[in-house]
Amino acid sequence: MRVLYFAWLRQKVGLGEEEVAPPPEVRDVAGLIAWLSGRSPGHAAAFAQPRQVRCAVNQEFATPDAPVARGDEVAFFPPVTGG
Amino acid sequence: MSGAQPPRGVTVRVQEAAFDLAAEGALLTRGREDVGGLASFVGLCRADDGLSALVLEHYPGMTERAIRRIAEEAYARWPLTGCTVVHRVGRLEPGAPIVLVLTASAHRAAALEACAFLIDWLKTRAPFWKREEFAGGGERWVEAKAADDAAAARWDRQDAGGGR
Repeated sequence: MRVLYFAWLRQKVGLGEEEVAPPPEVRDVAGLIAWLSGRSPGHAAAFAQPRQVRCAVNQEFATPDAPVARGDEVAFFPPVTGG
Repeated sequence: MSGAQPPRGVTVRVQEAAFDLAAEGALLTRGREDVGGLASFVGLCRADDGLSALVLEHYPGMTERAIRRIAEEAYARWPLTGCTVVHRVGRLEPGAPIVLVLTASAHRAAALEACAFLIDWLKTRAPFWKREEFAGGGERWVEAKAADDAAAARWDRQDAGGGR
């Protein structure tokens, strides 16, 4: 699974992207966030305020209950501020 | 990276370089006699609170896809003959143009409304992020604004697709 981070999430995690292999019990976005948060203090800081975090699965906006699986591209970022 | 086939006449670009409003407009009208109105919106970098630059980043691939999706929604709502969205990324100083939205239609109402719709939805549904840099050396990420959500929500309707 490829995980991408943008904006301040990237700064807090210290990585723009990483390949991860979460255990089978990680089935959705919320589960992935919980699992990723245990990877490093930076990850924990990035996900400390879940309400400030948005997600996309395979480049489509996704909610915390959206399923994730091996091979997916999952991105985490703050609410968008373009335009 | 390619999703569904976009409607004819849709141009979406994400780039560091500046854009040329007149040239982009000419591309939507050249050689046609069915365009009665061309509407444009240009967003620029403001020097709020001693800001020295905005640094814009995006999610390559998803960004273009999200903007094309918004353009498809505009085509479903208004009879457009063409539309162009160009969004810049990278470091932009006060006064610099950031985003261009152009819409063309047989009649002005469709062009004007679709142009407002496109920029309102783009601000809340396309994956861009702005970081502010200040003359004193400080920096901060721009936070999403409730006013932008409200502006986008005025276009909501029951058959519209969800965003963030």
